[in-house]
Amino acid sequence: MGGSGPIIDWERVFGTLRPELISRFFEHVQLTVLAVLIGFLISFPLAIWAHRHRKAYGPITAVTGLLYTIPSLALLVLLTQFFGLSMTTALIVLTSYTLLILIRGIVSGLSGVPADAKEAAQGMGYSDSQMLWRVELPLALPVIMAGLRIATVTTIGLVTVTAFIGRGGLGIFILRGFNQFDSTQVMIGGLLSLILAVVVDVALVLAERAATPWTSKRARAAT
Amino acid sequence: MSDVAISLKNVSKSFSQNGGPAAVDDLSLEMKRGETVVLVGPSGCGKTTTMKMINRLVEPSSGTIEVDGTDILKQNPVELRRNIGYVIQSIGLLPHRSIRDNISTVPKLVGWKEGRIKQRIDELVEIFELDRELLDRYPAELSGGQRQRVGVARALAVDPPVMLMDEPFGAVDPIVRERLQDQFLHIQQELRKTIVFVTHDIDEAIKMADRIAILNKGGVVEQYASPEEILREPANNFVKQFVGVERGLKRLALTKVADVEIEDGPVVTSDTSSQDALRTMERLDFQWAAVVDEGELKGWVDATNIKRVKTVSEVAPRPFSAYVTGESTLREALDAIVTSRTHVAVVAVEGQRYKGILTLGRISREIVDGR
Repeated sequence: MGGSGPIIDWERVFGTLRPELISRFFEHVQLTVLAVLIGFLISFPLAIWAHRHRKAYGPITAVTGLLYTIPSLALLVLLTQFFGLSMTTALIVLTSYTLLILIRGIVSGLSGVPADAKEAAQGMGYSDSQMLWRVELPLALPVIMAGLRIATVTTIGLVTVTAFIGRGGLGIFILRGFNQFDSTQVMIGGLLSLILAVVVDVALVLAERAATPWTSKRARAAT
Repeated sequence: MSDVAISLKNVSKSFSQNGGPAAVDDLSLEMKRGETVVLVGPSGCGKTTTMKMINRLVEPSSGTIEVDGTDILKQNPVELRRNIGYVIQSIGLLPHRSIRDNISTVPKLVGWKEGRIKQRIDELVEIFELDRELLDRYPAELSGGQRQRVGVARALAVDPPVMLMDEPFGAVDPIVRERLQDQFLHIQQELRKTIVFVTHDIDEAIKMADRIAILNKGGVVEQYASPEEILREPANNFVKQFVGVERGLKRLALTKVADVEIEDGPVVTSDTSSQDALRTMERLDFQWAAVVDEGELKGWVDATNIKRVKTVSEVAPRPFSAYVTGESTLREALDAIVTSRTHVAVVAVEGQRYKGILTLGRISREIVDGR
């Protein structure tokens, strides 16, 4: 098959491959969303804790940093020993790679909040939790969102690796295409994964702008 | 209600655990309702620490602090702070909130209804002469002076009886600072809040204060008195040095022209004969006279010209180059005297009504007598 014909055979893409492309695409989205969501739910309290107790930040980044350095394929293989070729295995791997990025984003976002705004807020009678939710987190949002974008785009790429345990969304096409010397499958799997990453990244940028109107050009121009 | 609004009794604060030198050591101070007390002193004198203990941003190590007779150390600090206006040098407007929302901060925290907040914002816009257009902007879009005014307006939002102000006009240029000070003095005249004001600038202290507490290292109160008294009778060398040179001039800045006796000066009318006019000048030892018809100041004529005519009306009076009003300070009057060509005196008028003259001699007597 390989070597003959065009790199991408669009007839097959819109024909025989189409139903699976659609279902794998949604699996890809699903794995990404779940991994980032779970990652955020774990990172958020840890980051808040690290922000309030500086001593905790070192150990937390050490552990999540270690997770980050383990080769994804190795971790995947290791976890199949416990959870088999399951969704759980895939999600644990994907999630663990988001933690370091997300925690760092949240902590550096929070520590970048201007001290004068915090002092004034405290002086006006904000309680600690009001301060966190109404002052610190909104002001940290641009940095937190930057972390979220990196984590999401990284995850979209990483999902393809989980094809090795039969998950992997669009990665399935890449792996299968590689084994079958089928360039159409490799290319369309990679292309769609790339498009997904770009679209999601742009969407997150737009969402961030909408959520932080005070950082608009008009507001910045006057400073 | 007693007239003491804030009282600090034997208050100490040490930031170090192992008995290092205290930032504030055994400080006692009382502030009366409606007065502006300025804490002033060199850096490290504990003035800001002292102020921050009043809203418990800094917890005293020992001693008691009462606001309106209530021991604040037994109060919930968050509730306490909502009831005390707070302005800091860097202002600390919340960058992610519009000016309107910034001003509404404390009203919202204490649960005011939407309508009441709106009404209060309208009042504050009027009091502080804010541009309504600014309300929907973000802090970054405002100038330094505008931000400063919003910061003070925000602190006054729930009309707290007590205000703490930490170098509130420190972050703007001198010209804007003066305008803000004047505006705030004007507003305070109406509101009569109890204000604790921290600054390192003795001139600002003299201008803003009803009473000044001059602090030395460790929060030692070197003198606690009215600006007038501190300038007239500095309690010791530390105060004398801190107040600095030009004590006499600074005191002049505290006295209004209306508060001193003004001499009538050499006054003639258009109808006065030149003989009488010359006699008036001679009697008072002047070379010129003010021409005043029915209380209205026309200008001045000098002896040389009068000698050549029969009545004053034949000489066109020349306008005075410098006027001061009753609202002017003696320092301004002095400035007018030394910079005006018209000899040593300044005519005090309200509108064009002639009130009298101030001479250099009269002003200098004011400094000497007050001693």
